[in-house]
Amino acid sequence: MAKYIIKRVLLAVVTVFIICAITFFLMHAVPGGPFNKEKALSEATIAALNERYNLDKPIVQQFLLYLNNLLHGDFGVSLKNGREIGAIIGESFPISARLGVSAMLVALFFGTVFGSTAALMRNRLPDRLIVFFSTLFTAVPSFILATLLLLVFCIKLQWIPVWSADSQNYVLPIVALSAYPMAYITRLSKTSMLDALSQDYIRTARAKGVSKFKLIFKHALRNSLIPVITYAGPQIAYIITGSMVIETIFTIGGLGSKFVSAIYNRDYTMIMATTIFLASLMVIANLICDLLYKAVDPRIKLD
Amino acid sequence: MNDIPKKNILSAQVDLSKFTDASFAPATEEEKRQQDVMSESTTFFKDGMRKLFKNPLAVGSLVLLAVILITIIVAPMVVPYRYEEILSVNGKRDKGAKNLAPFTYSEMEQRYIENGGERFPHIFGTDEQCRDYFIRVVYGTRISLFIGFFASIIVLITGMLYGSISGYMGGRTDLIMMRIVDIIYSLPDMLMIILLKVVLDERLRFPPGSFLDRMGTSMVSLFIVFGLLYWVSMARLIRGQILSIKENEYVLAARAIGAKPGRIIRKHILPNCLSVIIISTALQIPSAIFTESFLSFVGIGVKAPMPSLGSLANAAREGLQSYPYKLVFPAVIICLIVLSLNLLGDGLRDAFDPKLKR
Repeated sequence: MAKYIIKRVLLAVVTVFIICAITFFLMHAVPGGPFNKEKALSEATIAALNERYNLDKPIVQQFLLYLNNLLHGDFGVSLKNGREIGAIIGESFPISARLGVSAMLVALFFGTVFGSTAALMRNRLPDRLIVFFSTLFTAVPSFILATLLLLVFCIKLQWIPVWSADSQNYVLPIVALSAYPMAYITRLSKTSMLDALSQDYIRTARAKGVSKFKLIFKHALRNSLIPVITYAGPQIAYIITGSMVIETIFTIGGLGSKFVSAIYNRDYTMIMATTIFLASLMVIANLICDLLYKAVDPRIKLD
Repeated sequence: MNDIPKKNILSAQVDLSKFTDASFAPATEEEKRQQDVMSESTTFFKDGMRKLFKNPLAVGSLVLLAVILITIIVAPMVVPYRYEEILSVNGKRDKGAKNLAPFTYSEMEQRYIENGGERFPHIFGTDEQCRDYFIRVVYGTRISLFIGFFASIIVLITGMLYGSISGYMGGRTDLIMMRIVDIIYSLPDMLMIILLKVVLDERLRFPPGSFLDRMGTSMVSLFIVFGLLYWVSMARLIRGQILSIKENEYVLAARAIGAKPGRIIRKHILPNCLSVIIISTALQIPSAIFTESFLSFVGIGVKAPMPSLGSLANAAREGLQSYPYKLVFPAVIICLIVLSLNLLGDGLRDAFDPKLKR
């Protein structure tokens, strides 16, 4: 186990390093320096600025300096508004995290509930309805769902006020963000529940006279949850990219919408910093999920 | 009869006393005919197709896809507008044709028709730049399907080459190639796609007038990005298949008579993992369409004035309150295409590879 953990942590560190390298060198391939403004700067000013931001040094040395700054929590300065990117991330990430974590929890909870219900009522009406809707929702892109929700509930029916600083209603964003993972988890937990229900230990438990409640919750459900946990790891990536869209549509000032506007504005330092931050977050989350999953199910081989 | 001892109930011996001479008579013609094998012999492919056509969902999606395909092929021949054409009547720009509702005409067109002119109806109305919306949605569907299909082909070819070489060679080569796959796999693909796309859109320049130039830099960079990042799961899948297939005796036999590795891969191994390849390619198309629409949403998809379903839906957010149908048309088409491809992929999987059935 210890060997496996070390190996996985090393792989994660290498991945984060590669992400930093790819991001850094790709962004340096973009034409035009950071001081290309409408007003032409004098040669001396540019030279001074280049020296101030270490742009006169060889590119490998620049990369090492950038890495060093990253390790000290210094993400650089936004090209467009000159603010510290670290500060922008610090204030906008908690909003995204709250949205993402709640969406994930909603998806996990309702996905398992719907999936298990469908498995237990196999080929009856609830099962058919659940299968129909989960198939449907895996085919709806999140930005379309979010826009439709906004149109129907905020604009036409006016049940929920449009998101603003004083009315922070997370209901619609969470519904829009969790729809796809919820549909997927529903399908997944249905098959794994059916699988668990056909196992010998369920028949044994039933023969022993275990009550139906205990049979489902203690024996079947717990075993059917393992594939769902595996799925939660990669899903974090979906939630993070999905929240870019959702935050932009609902005009929530989280990190996702900041990233999208940085892409629109071609704010390269901001794109670079946010990519590295989000990518590292995904790698770490995946690592934790993988380790947890091996810890939960001792039958899984460590390789 | 009495000389046969009484049979023990547990004995397996046949009780001859129950048979008469008639029991041993030759079979009549009718009885012989019952033994005939009535069903024709079938191949794996035919059997799979038969199962597929018994699946109502898969047949429904096939029909739906066929209808969409025929529409996007035929519609540009029937509708006299082009996707980037700003409407005009008798050579004069029609400024009133902005944001028309479906099947309505602008004032200028109305007058033109009253004076005896023919005007093709705007089936989905027009957009905010006075362009016919139906033809834009048709072209958007064309572009989205083209991207989905072509990106899947790229993923298929890259993944197949890489996976089959890695799986067939085995040993150290396999180990190194799979470590590379592991690293690419652990990169967050969507973020990397955004990053690559931003840079490639800036950097790629093609000689004017060439094929690549006509396709547009943003489209080419999209395919490059797919080719660079999306093939890893396909490569893993094919490698896994090959690892199990190459243990079969017929591969050993082929090797024994001196067949070259390339021939063994092409003739013996790939045909045997064809079903898995077809299924995952079919499921790859909707995911490529999803990715494209996401990129269009973020502002780095296909370049205007070329429409894609994603960019149409994104553009429709502007006047959402007044013209909700402009969102509904592309949205419904994306959902229908993705849904039917998903169902078709599931149907193919159930028909050709019952082991994979979930």
